[in-house]
Amino acid sequence: MSTLENSWRRSDLKSEPKVGVYICHCGTNIAGVIDVEALRAYTEGLPNVAVAKTYTYMCSEPGQQLIKKDIREKKLNRIIVAACTPSLHEPTFRKVLEEESLSPYLFEMANIREQNTWVHIQTPKEALELAKDQVRIALARAEKLEELHPKEVKIGRNALIIGGGIAGISAALDLANAGFNVHLIEKSPTIGGRMAQLDKTFPTMDCSSCILTPKMVEAGRHPNIKLITYAEVKDVKGYIGNFKVKVLKKPRYVDEKKCTGCDECTKVCPVEVPDEFNAGLSWRKAIYIPFPQAVPPAYVLDDKNCLGLTPLACAKCKEVCEPEAISYDQYPTEINLDVDTIIVASGYEPYNPVFDEEYNYGVYKNVLTALEMERMLNAAGPTSGRIVRPSDLKQPKRIVYVQCVGSRNERRNVYCSRICCMYAAKQARQLKEKHPDMEVYVFYIDVRAFGKGFEEFYEKTCREYGVQFIRGRIAEINEDPETKNLAVKAEDTLLGRPVELEADIVVLSVGITPSQDTKAIQNVLKIPVGADGFFLEAHPKLRPVDTTVDGIFVCGTSAGPKDIPDTVSQARAAASGATALMATGRYLIQPYFATVDEPLCGGCGICVPLCPFNAITLEERLAKINEALCKGCGVCAAACPATAIKANHFTNEQIISQIESALSR
Amino acid sequence: MPETFEPYVVGFLCNWCGYAGADLAGTSRIQYPPNLRAIRLMCSGRVDPTFILTALKRGADGVLVVGCHPGDCHYINGNLRTERRIVFLKKMLSDLGLDYRRVRLEWISAGEGEKFATVVKEFVEEIRELGPNPIEGNANET
Repeated sequence: MSTLENSWRRSDLKSEPKVGVYICHCGTNIAGVIDVEALRAYTEGLPNVAVAKTYTYMCSEPGQQLIKKDIREKKLNRIIVAACTPSLHEPTFRKVLEEESLSPYLFEMANIREQNTWVHIQTPKEALELAKDQVRIALARAEKLEELHPKEVKIGRNALIIGGGIAGISAALDLANAGFNVHLIEKSPTIGGRMAQLDKTFPTMDCSSCILTPKMVEAGRHPNIKLITYAEVKDVKGYIGNFKVKVLKKPRYVDEKKCTGCDECTKVCPVEVPDEFNAGLSWRKAIYIPFPQAVPPAYVLDDKNCLGLTPLACAKCKEVCEPEAISYDQYPTEINLDVDTIIVASGYEPYNPVFDEEYNYGVYKNVLTALEMERMLNAAGPTSGRIVRPSDLKQPKRIVYVQCVGSRNERRNVYCSRICCMYAAKQARQLKEKHPDMEVYVFYIDVRAFGKGFEEFYEKTCREYGVQFIRGRIAEINEDPETKNLAVKAEDTLLGRPVELEADIVVLSVGITPSQDTKAIQNVLKIPVGADGFFLEAHPKLRPVDTTVDGIFVCGTSAGPKDIPDTVSQARAAASGATALMATGRYLIQPYFATVDEPLCGGCGICVPLCPFNAITLEERLAKINEALCKGCGVCAAACPATAIKANHFTNEQIISQIESALSR
Repeated sequence: MPETFEPYVVGFLCNWCGYAGADLAGTSRIQYPPNLRAIRLMCSGRVDPTFILTALKRGADGVLVVGCHPGDCHYINGNLRTERRIVFLKKMLSDLGLDYRRVRLEWISAGEGEKFATVVKEFVEEIRELGPNPIEGNANET
């Protein structure tokens, strides 16, 4: 038990509840819709209410002092604050009670902002009636609240990071440098992620791999970072300070320690498949290294495309491998990890425009995505940095960019992908640097150059490099069957006239979409996903990298479209959040677990198979609940035919009195 | 049916999805009718059918239960437990002569503020058509 909870005054809860109700104006957010004074007057008349007050901002220091003073002077033993959602300020006010030696669980909030004045702006009269009901319901619950004791868990110094892109690497390095142990899980054979595929980065024109690879190497060599590549998280059980993680590592068939990277195996491998790293523009072998700077610097055998993992089928690679690094006798292995905090940095997937019929991507050879163009611009890319038309490998004279493909579109994704304006400007500039006489047109809806140095970059791209930005959406693209040139039809909405251009290449500025693994990670970790399909933060402004689950953080593009600077900021924020938890070594968790009233328990065992966490066992015909495993969902309490199971803080008495109070108008 | 009938709906919202979705409707200022009285629970699986029956007995015109989408439940599968219970409960209500449409179970995620508002709007309209709870009156005395 913590010293804090010992200091709570053992308030005599058998005596009459003395409730203090505090109604927040929240500036005009609440008081601008309902008459808070009328609500106060109504509240004052309710039984057991010792004091009812209103204040402009209850969460402010003077607001909190108001409550503290009343607890001391009026000997209050229950507090209700009618204000915003409990997910915002319940911890604030619980602290107030705690500081006045009152159990923080004797506190209740009436959500009269998010669930009332913000959604009933046009009906202030009805909103006031609803607010009265909300306060009355909160009062019914407050009267039945009980003193509870939070459970203290120990937190060790181990973190799991899911995803080895720039976000995962940045977070891992921060944690590792602070002295924590990091397990960095990456599903592909190398860390580096999407950033490794980029040629240059806006607005500074840094070479992407020049700034990324030192970080990759540092992460690969760091004594506190354990890299687990070619692996996926299969299962996570437990809670903060006690996560049990199951990781499935796919067989690489190449010993990472023995492989010298001599490249003899790829020379003899007879299988060729499209190279994912080059966005499918070139071929790779079935045994390959994703890119030369890969970390770990070892080859991998892709068993889906290999002719067969047996000398009977082929085994040419094994024959030529001098260090004997190749072994076909590898199987998926399960790795069990005990970690204390988790950071999700699972990244994004570029939008696939194949279903946007107007662009005929995948039909017309000279329609590319921006990622394909990015690889083409790269000196180590499929064309060694030469810009060519895929149809005839000739140098293009005119290139047209189409912005907002898959973004800002009711039929696809409503959100803005935040990177496409700038990468299009960056690629256009690179094209002009390579070929000053090439014409580059960019068709846009708005140019969103919001970041540091972005506007200056965009201005310079237009003025000094002569890239033509035209406001308007593309109506259609038609291919000349002989020349494979593309006739682009659009409207210049600034001049209000149609535009027709013949282009050699059309580049689709595709947006960011949630990674395919988001759903699987969500199922494993039980963290929410927003309507846009990205992970949802606990609060968009104040808790931007926390999730609703204690000890689990999200960062980077897995939480929404972002550029590299924002991704790195978030990753380091997540690392700081995890550090804040692990540095203290202890953490208090909510005492919302279930308990059994043994004299009532008939030992029927109905609850046992219902528990999602296997926390209930039947011992000597009595249900026993393991408090460490119980998460407090209350499924068992709802099912117990003898009402012997009590879901703490959400007891039958509390809920039934809320219902009765709701309906005793 | 009196012309001034305003449905009175009791809602059981799970903390992680339903309640958070309602909060998002708030932060997004999506307006919906003020007929819902919400009670927050940790999981929709906490909803004991007795709660719903108590609400109906005490005169609620409708009861809305909101949980996470299947597969998204913060407690793995608590929402599916409640789904099973509500299927049985609805059948029982029909047997008792009460329209089963007075009880509705919905899956609304923390990101679906818009859906929350729509669901409340539609449910209130449906209850408005069904009319006041017929067991109101004599129930409050017992």
